[in-house]
Parts: sequence; structure tokens; C-alpha cells
Amino acid sequence: MTAPHLLVHNKKDTVGVVVVEGLKAGTNMTCVVTANNSSFRLKSKMAVPIGHKIALVDIKKGDTVMKYGQDIGKTVADIKKGEHVHVHNLKTKRW
Amino acid sequence: MARNGKHNGKSRGRSGKSNMRFSGWRRENGRVGVRNHVVILPLDDLSNSACESVAHNIKGTLAIPHAYGRLQFGEDLETFFRTLIGTGANPNVAAVVVIGIEDGWTKRVVDGIKKTGKPVTGFGIEGTGDIMTVAKASRVAKDYLQWASELKKEDCDISELWVSTKCGESDTTTGLASCPTVGNMYDKLIPKGIYGVFGETSEITGAEHLARARAAEPKIGEKWYKVWKAYEDEVIQAHKTDDLSESQPTKGNIAGGLTTIEEKALGNLEKIGRRCSYIDVLEPAEAPKKGPGLYYMDTSSAAAECVTLMAAAGYAVHTFPTGQGNVIGNPIVPVIKISGNPRTIRTMSEHVDVDVSGILRREMTIPEAGDALIDMVLRTADGRLTAAEALGHREYSLTKLYRSA
Repeated sequence: MTAPHLLVHNKKDTVGVVVVEGLKAGTNMTCVVTANNSSFRLKSKMAVPIGHKIALVDIKKGDTVMKYGQDIGKTVADIKKGEHVHVHNLKTKRW
Repeated sequence: MARNGKHNGKSRGRSGKSNMRFSGWRRENGRVGVRNHVVILPLDDLSNSACESVAHNIKGTLAIPHAYGRLQFGEDLETFFRTLIGTGANPNVAAVVVIGIEDGWTKRVVDGIKKTGKPVTGFGIEGTGDIMTVAKASRVAKDYLQWASELKKEDCDISELWVSTKCGESDTTTGLASCPTVGNMYDKLIPKGIYGVFGETSEITGAEHLARARAAEPKIGEKWYKVWKAYEDEVIQAHKTDDLSESQPTKGNIAGGLTTIEEKALGNLEKIGRRCSYIDVLEPAEAPKKGPGLYYMDTSSAAAECVTLMAAAGYAVHTFPTGQGNVIGNPIVPVIKISGNPRTIRTMSEHVDVDVSGILRREMTIPEAGDALIDMVLRTADGRLTAAEALGHREYSLTKLYRSA
């Protein structure tokens, strides 16, 4: 298999992690779910740095974001599939 | 590995086989050390200068200066003494010279270390002055150093190793690669009879339901939950002024792509693997008492504070996953850095002992990475200097619970 652009922990997740440097907008990404080694394709909507997250589905403002099959916080803006998910649109529910 | 960043992901064949052995120094109390330090230990901040003078006089001894030791009281003082005594008692330390401003607390540290049976002598500065104290302590330090230099190593089984873990400057690659590598190591080595420990109380927030469920029995899970909840209520909720963004997660975590404490906690917990369960919950710097197995220690998530406490509990090798490139070391315990972030491997290779970036490229499996780490743990125990040791990182940070009197 060619090296993936995006890794996803769990099939329930709504975000994946960019694992290559210099990912450009419009890349037809190879995405791999590490839990079962399944793969799929997704187009990046923007340049996203290595280690940062991309939405796998459209996520509405106020929704819970899933990673590791678990709740990692709530969105504070609508997010489209393929967009960057980070501190500008995702916040902790805890503190 | 021959060169950092060039590891091909294949184990050298020792891990997974029966030859999981190393040579170490068996101390008077039966514990095995993987380093042979003669430590010049200040009781307090005022005695740092004398200790550093002794270490300057006697080449090969190690002064461990720190910031505290005056007017502490209550639980904070108990944590302080446990940490200082535990540092001297660690099996990586052959002998200790303790210097304090006065004799009383100096003797308390000396007596605590003496229980291990190793050579230890204390000196008080008041009534003597720095110059005479340094002269007297230097003579003892020289005798200890020459004595320690002739101690022989012996062949030991990996079950004699105590291996701690704590991650730092985490990013999303730590949850994908370097933390599960440590988890795989524990899944393989805990059944062989090693002692393990993880901690970082604030950084389990968001994964506390998972951590509680990983206790070996429900009452230990409840003990763990009380520790976590106490920190949450008494420290974070009592003192926070915002959502802690840039503190927990740190600015470095956020640069690396981690967004929330929940996300960070879930990655952090990957360090305890799939099968291990913890058998007890330790106070900061408390030595484990329930025999071999995995323990939880109530610690800060700050790297140097946490590793200092784990070393003081008697752990002899530390495994440290990092994403963005935390450079931490410890004066007495080798800190093995594991990273899966290809950018960090490219830009900071001198800090990385085990490169697991192949996991992100799907060229390396987690079990292969676990084997590579076990191999590095054994090589480190055998004497290979870690990146942090070679670079001179000796961070020793005491945990302070509240202001001194």
C-alpha cells in the first residue's frame, strides 16, 4: 500500500489525522482506519499541516466530534467534510 | 539503531525471544540499577553551591541542584522528603553525599537513604561554612566514587527492570504511534514480571471512564477516581481562569494538532496498551508495594516533575513518547525518547532514540515498534547512553503542592 495521507483511529470517528508534511488543498487523500486497516478516499478542502485533523463528514455547530471512537469535544462552528478541524472550530467540554 | 531516523522498524531479534537479559549493578537491598552514579544531593536550595563545588572537585560525581527544601510543611514536606530520599535510594545510584544548611533534616534524608544499605554521609553547613564542608564532603565523595568504580555488573533477567512512562510535547502522532508503542511494550513485559508506572492526573481528563475501568479490581479503580476527582475539583476548578488552552493542552500540543484535553488524554492512555491493568495507585514518589505489575502514580503532567517523581519511586529506565520533540532527561534515570512524527525525526533527530514514524506510513506495525522499544530498553539498561544523556539533559524538578510557610 502507498503511504496514507490521513489516519483514522476508529470507524466511528468523524475526524482523521494528516500524517504527511505539506498536504495541499484539493488532494485526493488515501485514508486508512487503523483499527481494521480499511481504506477510503477523501478530498482535502484546504492545506492542513501534519498532525492536524480533517473532518470526515459535515459536522454541525454544537455537535460532538469523535476520535478514538470517543468524545473529544464540541464544535463552535459548522465544519464541512474535508475541512481543517482545530481550536478555531472545536472546544473542550471539560474546562 | 546505527543512526537516528534510519531505523527500519525491525527488531534486532532479542525481544520476543528468551534472551531478554541485561547486565546491571545489584545493590545492597537486592534491586538492580542500570547506572552507577555517585550523587551529591543538596537538602535545600542553599546547599546547591556546596554540592556543585564537590562535584566540580570530584570528577564523575553528580550534583543534583534543586529549588526547594526550606520551610515546607505538611503533605508538601512529606512529598519533598519522599522525593529526595527516593532519589538517593534509586538503584541507579551507588552512593550519596547529602549536604544541607543544617544537620536535622540532612540526617532525615541520610537515614532514609541508609535503609537501602548503600553508602551515604551527610554534612551540615551551619557552624562549618561552605569551604570546610566542601573539603570534608569532597574526601567522602572521592572514596565513594573510587569504590563505585570497582563495582561489577551482573547478568539479570528483564523482570528485574522497573520501567516508567510519561509522554511529552504530545501531538496527534503520539496517540497513533509512540504511545501505543509503549503500550505494546507493557503488554509484553508486564507479564514477564517487570514493574511499570504511568501517571499525569490532569491529562487523563476526558478518558477518566477508560482509566477507571483499567484498574485490576473495582476498589483500585475507585481509589484512582478519587485521586483524579480531587485534582479536578481542588486544583483545576478552584484555580482555572479559562479552559486551560495553551496550558493543558500546551501551546506545543496545539501546534502539533491536538485541540482538546479529551483528545490529548485518549492519546496519553494508549501508553498502557490493550491488556495491562494497574494494581495500585501511588502517591507522588511513593515506592510500589504490591509486587510486580503496572501502577498509577498521582503526578503532574509536566515532564520533569513527573519523571523526577517516578525515579524517586525506584524506577530505573524511563520510556518517553514525544510528538513535537520534548528534550527532557533526568540526572539518574535514562530517558528513552520515542517519536512517530516524521517532521520531528527530520528536524530534531539528535533527541530521538526510537523512530516509529514507519507506523504512520504503514511500514511498521505497533507490535514491531514495541519490539524495537524493548530492544532499546535492554540496550539502554546494558549501558547505551540515551540521546538525553548524551546531550546532558539532567532535569530534576521537585513537585510543590503549595507555598512554603
